[in-house]
This record gives sequence, structure tokens and C-alpha cells, in this order.
Amino acid sequence: MTGGVPERLAEFVRALRAQGIPAGPSETVDAAAALEVLGLDDRSLVREGLAAALVRRGGQRAVFDAAFDLYFPAGIGTPERAREDRPTTLEELREELAAALAEGDQQALGQLAGLAVELLGQYGSASGPGGGFSAHQTLERLQPQTLIARVLAAVRGGGARGEFTDRLDRDEIRRRVEGFRGQVRTEARRRAAEVRGRERVAKHAIAPSPDRVDFLIASRTQLAELRRTIQPLSRKLATRLAARRKRTTRGQIDLRRTLRRSLSTGGVPLRPAYRHRRPGRPEIVLLCDLSGSVAGFANFTMLLVQALRDQFSKIRVFAFVDSTDEVTHLVTTGAADPEHLGARMLAEAALVRWDGHSDYGGSLRQFTANWLDAVGPRTSVLILGDARTNGGDPNLDAVREIKARARHVYWLNPERRSLWSTGDSAALEYAGVVEMHECRTVHQLGTLVTRLLPV
Amino acid sequence: MGTGFFTSVDDVSAKLAGAGYLASTAVATTVFLADRLGKPLLVEGPAGVGKTELAKAVAQVSGSRLVRLQCYEGIDEARALYEWNHAKQLLRITAGRDETWEQARTDIFGEEFLLRRPLLTAISSDEPTVLLIDETDKADMEVEGLLLEVLGDFQVTVPELGTITATRAPFAVLTSNATRELSEALRRRCLFLHIGFPDEELERDIVRLKVPGIDAALADSVVRVIAALRAMDLRKLPSVAETVDWARTLLALGASTLDDQVVRESLGVVLKHQDDIAKAGAGLKLEQVLDAS
Repeated sequence: MTGGVPERLAEFVRALRAQGIPAGPSETVDAAAALEVLGLDDRSLVREGLAAALVRRGGQRAVFDAAFDLYFPAGIGTPERAREDRPTTLEELREELAAALAEGDQQALGQLAGLAVELLGQYGSASGPGGGFSAHQTLERLQPQTLIARVLAAVRGGGARGEFTDRLDRDEIRRRVEGFRGQVRTEARRRAAEVRGRERVAKHAIAPSPDRVDFLIASRTQLAELRRTIQPLSRKLATRLAARRKRTTRGQIDLRRTLRRSLSTGGVPLRPAYRHRRPGRPEIVLLCDLSGSVAGFANFTMLLVQALRDQFSKIRVFAFVDSTDEVTHLVTTGAADPEHLGARMLAEAALVRWDGHSDYGGSLRQFTANWLDAVGPRTSVLILGDARTNGGDPNLDAVREIKARARHVYWLNPERRSLWSTGDSAALEYAGVVEMHECRTVHQLGTLVTRLLPV
Repeated sequence: MGTGFFTSVDDVSAKLAGAGYLASTAVATTVFLADRLGKPLLVEGPAGVGKTELAKAVAQVSGSRLVRLQCYEGIDEARALYEWNHAKQLLRITAGRDETWEQARTDIFGEEFLLRRPLLTAISSDEPTVLLIDETDKADMEVEGLLLEVLGDFQVTVPELGTITATRAPFAVLTSNATRELSEALRRRCLFLHIGFPDEELERDIVRLKVPGIDAALADSVVRVIAALRAMDLRKLPSVAETVDWARTLLALGASTLDDQVVRESLGVVLKHQDDIAKAGAGLKLEQVLDAS
């Protein structure tokens, strides 16, 4: 192997670890063996080979690819294309881009991404302090999304061909533009890494895999991606819950039936009879804070628990901002998506009476006054919220009252633990009464739900 | 210690294509690595993208015997690894009445009374073997522990016989639908391959290979519609298997091009949920065009 490759590989693995891909020494050795077998001639083979050795789960591939492009870049410095026959004006560049998009020519698109970052993405002095390359700036100036109509016209070559697939053209081009934006981002990261060092760029610019994105700071696209994880996640959780259920009933001997059976073998219990407990169907009550900032988290959790519906006999969902109302009928799987769910709840249920700031004290009081009978000795109560009372009374008595009636009460808090009870948060006060867990990512939510939910 | 079926990545692609399996670069590279490094291959991906087919194709092109272990809930050592043939042992004991216990004991725990299950068969075979462990995620956690020894060192320990080590390491393929997280220990013994949906070009080739006689333009349209469906937010996204089924259906219906009528009637082949069909109908603007005509 040529000098420098082992070091580069080790650096790359370190970056992956920092991004939550737990590649150990044995994986690194495998990766090196893969490089040895495949050689370094073909970059796409190197990429796939390293992925086979280092990636362990499907969801990690995007992170891997982004890091790979940084540590094993396709080129160094100014792209070849930018050195000779470069388009001089923005309009020329857009013209070429439109042609490439119409063709769907991946190679040309890659070159144009490099060119665009070179021409439009630079800020400050390229090598000096504070300078660099920005994908955002490139895309702002290039505006590739405004080309869609032009590309569409080029694809159709004048008039519509009158075929069924015509209606797909627009969406296909939109996906191509989206792909081009991705290429620009990759290219900008590569150039930035040359200016500022790979490790720094890797740390900040690679998007984490969706199950590790913080609920509270997730962007729109990240939330959409999270939504796609609900179905597989709920299926996984259901399998795990079922397995736990089975384990708890295993190996308990039914003494009466064993003795009865032993009569046929002269009183010797040859075949023990096991006790089969009927699977319990526990009840769940969700109490969710839907005020602006935490709504994404609450919606997501609600949908997840609702997707697990067949595991529980009864789920009731309550939401509050400064007033509590039942929203069970609004949360139905399939039909609802988190984005509109929150809006629908705020519109159709009486959640806001005053100014739309969350009022934990009043809402909890209302819940205990009106719906306390929803909580019984078989009920597990999950309270979802950041416990930010806006300075109001936290009403710990109401929580105690709920806790006294329920089987379990858990509080899931989407804020990081170090922020609890800072500012107007009453998290630690509540945590003194009920068990409170930090639940910032889908990953944490998944583990908590299997651990906490009753079987 | 590799199996040595292939000489290069291109060789993998060419041979698999000859067996009717069109592999993407990712698939071909990983198969080649598994072959060279002698590591098991863990394949994950949605249903119907050809995970099991891959193992079959590798067996076919390498002229190996395919040993398949279908996992299910409650599968145990006796089903996966080996079992003693108790009935035959009893017969043997009753047949040799006047021999001593020592003689009988050494005899009844011999190879003759061992029932080989897939894992042991694959390990002890002399001919080249492809071991397919299908739907590994359906098996219980305990079975994974069993697999660790088998896949890590390609050996099996039978207390009465000692350790049986593979003379020829099998080419092992594990498939999983990810209903359960496989343990980290198992994952790190394998090379990982995620087979997603193929890109349009590859899928077009697959359709034309699997459905001979389909018009090129129709295949193109089918693949484009499927790609559009996959971009939608559906409960169950159509897989390659559905694409091929749909192309066959269209061919059987005698459709030479797609139109609203045909798509609406045959969409059930592609999508399996009623609300998915409704959503796709809206997404493809089937109703809208219906109103206009």
C-alpha cells in the first residue's frame, strides 16, 4: 500500500466515529484489507469497498458518503473545468446547467457544481483567514430551481408528446435539481476542507444521520426524513415489546396442572405444564405540550405511540398549551402527518385560551379536574414537554395526584439535561416527583419507548 | 481465506449478469470483497430488491451447492446446526445386546447418528458451498450467539465429537429485513451491504431482462412511474419485484403504452394498501385527467 493511505484511513475512521458510526479497529483492518484487494484506481470501488467494511446500518450511508467525499476527494483545488474554457457570465453558466439538467448528464452536472462553487461560492480571500466557500451563497446566486421551466421546455422539445409519463417530467427535473444542489454542497465542503482542514469541516458540515438529529433544532427536511422512520421504527419496537412480553411469561410452572398431569405417570411429574399468562393490554395516556418550540417532538412521539396501537388496548392522547383538551380522535395513523397534525390540533381542539404560552400549572389542573378517570391502576402516563412554565406555578400537586393513581408516570423532556431548570424550566422540580428522561433524538426515543412502555 | 469464485469486480458483474442478476457497483464490489476476504456478507434492504436472489445467483455462477437456512421465530440449535438421531441410537443399542457399555457409547455418538442441519452441512462440505441464512432478523437472539462461532471461525463444536472446522470456507450470505436490530457482535463479523432501490438505468435493464418481449419505450415509462411513486410518501414503497410484476401484467394486458385507464386498473399490482393507491392516484393526477376527458 502506498504511504499515507493508512494515516488517511485512520483519520477517516476517526471522523466517522465522531459522526456516530461506531467503527472499531477490526473494521478499520477490514477496510484496509478491502483497499488492498480493490486497489486505489477506481474511486467508486474504493467508496463501496470502504462502505462494506465500515458501515453497519442502512441509515448511516449518507453520513458515510459525505465524510468519504471529504477524506477521499475526487480532486484537489480548482476543478479542471474552471481552468480552461470557463463560462464568463452567470447567464452562460445557467445556460449550461439547464442543458445538463435536461440531458440528466451526471458527469456534466458534477463538473458544473465544481465550476459554480469556484465562480460563485467564494467569500473573503480564498486562502486568508475568514475566507472560504459557501454552498448557500452559490445556490443563492445560481438559483437552479428557477431553471425548471426552461429545462422542462427543453426536454419536451416544443410541445407535449401526449404520453402518460409527461406528467412526471416536472417532478423528475425537480429531483435532478435537488441532486445538483447536493453536488454543490459536497463540492463546497471539499473546497472548504482544503482551506480550513478536513477535521473541522467534518465536525460541523456533515449532517448527522436522522435518528441522531435533535428534535428541537431539526430542519424541515430532517423532520420529513424522521417521519419516514416512524413506520420501520414502530415495527421494530413492536417486535421488541412482543419479545419482552414472551420472556416475562416463560418458565413459570403451573403447579396445579403439572400435578394433574403427573397422575397419568404414577405421580412423577414427567411433563411439567407451564403457565401461559394472557398477554396484558396495558393502557397509555399521553399528555403533550404542543406549544410552538416542542410541538415537533410531541407530534412525533404521539404518532409513534399511536403506530404501536395494536400493542395497547387503549391509548388516549391529551394536548395542552395553556388549556388541556383530548385529541385522541385526531391522531390516526396513515391519515395524519406530523406537519399538519399540530396545526389541526391547535385549530380543532381547545388548547389555547390566552396568549399561546404554555401554562403547565393550569393545564395540569384542568387535566386532573376533567379527565382524571382516564388514569387508572393499569395506566402508564407519558408526559411530553420541556417543563418551561413561563414563570408560572408548576402545580406539582397535580402531578403527584396523577402519579398516585397511575401505574407509572414518565416525563420525556426534549431538552438536554444540562439545560434542565435553567431559566423558566421547572424540570428538576418535576423530576423530583416523577421519573424524567432526556429524549432528544429518535435514537433515544426508541430506546426509551421499549424500556419504559409496559408489557 | 477466501472462496476464490471471482477474479475482479467486473468479473462479478459479468458472471452475475450471465445468471440473470444485474448487480449495481455496490453489490458487485461487496460480493467480490466477501469472496476475497472470506467474510460473511450481511445484506439488508427492503423486501423484494433481490437479497435472496443474490445468494442464489452467486451459487449458480460459481457452480456451488446452495445450503439454505430459513430463520423463523423459535428456530434452535437442533434445527440450525445438528441433532442426534435418537431413534437410530436406540435401535443401535437394542441391536447390539451383548456388547459392553463402552463399545456402545463410542459407537452411538459417531458421525452415522448425527443429523446434519444446514449450518453443519455447509461447514463440513468438501465441495464449494454458498450458505444462505435467510431472514436472520426473524430468529431469536440466542441463535445469533450460535452464528458467531459458525461465521467467525467457520467451525462448529459438537461436545461428543469435538470441533469441526471447515476445510473449505463457504460463501456465507445473511439477509435481514431489519425488523429487529441484529447484535453488534454479529454485524462486525460481516461485510455490510445495503441493497436499496436501483437507479433508473439499472432498473430498466432489469425489467427488460426479466420481462423479455417488453417494448423498450414501455419499460422506460414503467420505470419512470415507479420512480415517481417511490418519491411519494407511501406506506409501502414499490420494490423491484413489483416493478417486474407490473411490467408482466402490462404485457399480459396487451398494453403497448401507458395511459390513465391502464394505470388505474393495474395499480393494485404495484401498491398493496388501499390508502397508498388513493394517494398515488392523486399524485399521478389520475382523477384529474379523468375529469377532463
